[in-house]
Amino acid sequence: MFKRSPFLFSALVLGYAFLYGPIFSLIIYSFNESRLVTVWAGFSTKWYGELLHNDQILSAAWLSIKIAAMNASIATLLGTLTAIVLVRFRRTKMRSALDTLVAAPLVMPEVIIGLSLLLLFISMERLLGWPDGRGTTTITIAHATFSMAYVTVVVRSRLAHMDESLEEAAMDLGAHPFKVFFLITLPIISPALLAGWLLAFTLSMDDLIVASFVSGPGSTTLPMVVYSSVRLGVSPEINALATIMVLIVSIAVLIAGRVIYLQEKRSQELR
Amino acid sequence: MSRLQRSINWGRLGIAALPWFWLGLFFVLPFLYVLKISLAEPQLAQPPYMDLVREFEDGIMTLVVNFGNYQLLLEDSLYINALMGSLKVAAVSTFFAVLIGYPMAYAIARAPSHWRLPLLMLIILPFWTSFLIRVYAWIGILKNNGLLNQFLMWTGLIDAPIDILYTQTAVYIGIVYSYLPFIVLPLYATLVRLDQSLLEAAADLGCPPLKQFLLITLPLSLPGLIAGSMLVFIPVMGEFVIPDLLGGPNTLMLGKLMWTEFFANKDWPLASALAAVLLVVLIIPFVLLRHMEQRSEEAE
Repeated sequence: MFKRSPFLFSALVLGYAFLYGPIFSLIIYSFNESRLVTVWAGFSTKWYGELLHNDQILSAAWLSIKIAAMNASIATLLGTLTAIVLVRFRRTKMRSALDTLVAAPLVMPEVIIGLSLLLLFISMERLLGWPDGRGTTTITIAHATFSMAYVTVVVRSRLAHMDESLEEAAMDLGAHPFKVFFLITLPIISPALLAGWLLAFTLSMDDLIVASFVSGPGSTTLPMVVYSSVRLGVSPEINALATIMVLIVSIAVLIAGRVIYLQEKRSQELR
Repeated sequence: MSRLQRSINWGRLGIAALPWFWLGLFFVLPFLYVLKISLAEPQLAQPPYMDLVREFEDGIMTLVVNFGNYQLLLEDSLYINALMGSLKVAAVSTFFAVLIGYPMAYAIARAPSHWRLPLLMLIILPFWTSFLIRVYAWIGILKNNGLLNQFLMWTGLIDAPIDILYTQTAVYIGIVYSYLPFIVLPLYATLVRLDQSLLEAAADLGCPPLKQFLLITLPLSLPGLIAGSMLVFIPVMGEFVIPDLLGGPNTLMLGKLMWTEFFANKDWPLASALAAVLLVVLIIPFVLLRHMEQRSEEAE
């Protein structure tokens, strides 16, 4: 059909160039010898070396990875439970309310989420003595609150499109509903759980605004370090960091895509 | 009721309880605190606001409500301008995102079926890489000696570098770039379901392609178009990173102003009042978005 419509073909090519051009320019200039990011002065990997000796970036990265992993696990649990309620429970007022409530964090500006959670944490600390100060715990809770909405979207579509006859067969043969869930439903939706976990992980790794509000002294995440360095201007070390992150994300997405594709193929062969 | 049925009912309650508890405590309750603090008076202390319920010397507990923050928002033109600035930026960038995103979504939906999944993956992939870093990439491209100016001077279109970075144009470019996937995905979802036979019938009856698009494709893709537009419009209203990194001093937006009031001026009550105003402004587009989403769920 593209032969018939050069307009659509060029819209796609230009659109993808617009999406990927900036990312490729980051990668190319991370190998630039010169500190001036836009003047090409020869190939070099020295910025990657400097990055490995930047303790501030390394410790922030480690903290971000820990928070992201905890957040992804909590968000996957909460998001899966929400998806089960939204797909499998009877349509009630409560269900519609939960549907709207869980959709809100997807579009809510992060400045509002961050500020409101900070005010809550401060009041809770004064009333209950918990959370004791702000840091890893408060950032994880805040991230899980908006990440669970994304997990819900991913798991929900998988649950809605899965074949329920396997579950019904097991129930007919007398299996307890909990056993059916763990032995049949969970394995079938596991690719969506993996995709949701990875999405929640990257959302947390990426968040600057919410973390800035609810973090405390000594809990500086990677985006906070990147932001303060970017504000001072363009730096080749950040380009090197960006390249590493793009590489990790691409590999993770490829692996996840492959796993989901293979599962899909296997379940189609089973039918 | 059988024992099994009872245990299922308890199980169901247990499943629904945890998400309700979490969202109630960490999403709904915080908004009530925003409203509360927006009515408080600022003070130089930690935390920098006064309690609404205070005990005076005579030992009587008194509720002190301060509408001063909202009054200031109405009186100081800075805040009205920021609201107008946010509305304008959100509307203009949504328009350009549709302008670029619609043809892309249409082309993917009409591509051979084995191409669609890879093409969609390519739309989603940038969303998985860091937002902050993708915005940062534009600094190197848009600045005075950046790639875009170098390219334009090389082609001879301009003689001297033009100022793009730290202007409103840079903010638009950054927002359209970052939010493009949000418009392409819902549009694709409605366009791919579109019944081709309608277009064929129209063509057989002599309807020209442009008229086919305006009379059939566009109205039928309206739910996706509106949902996608709201997915861009709502978050952009509170956007902070893009106007802060790419915009200039005359880029006035609510999200950025809230950040300044909170982190630089340490005026938490005023920041809360701004957040409350932003929330109220966003209710209408949010209801519209939910309506469209429910419609497409029912269509499935």
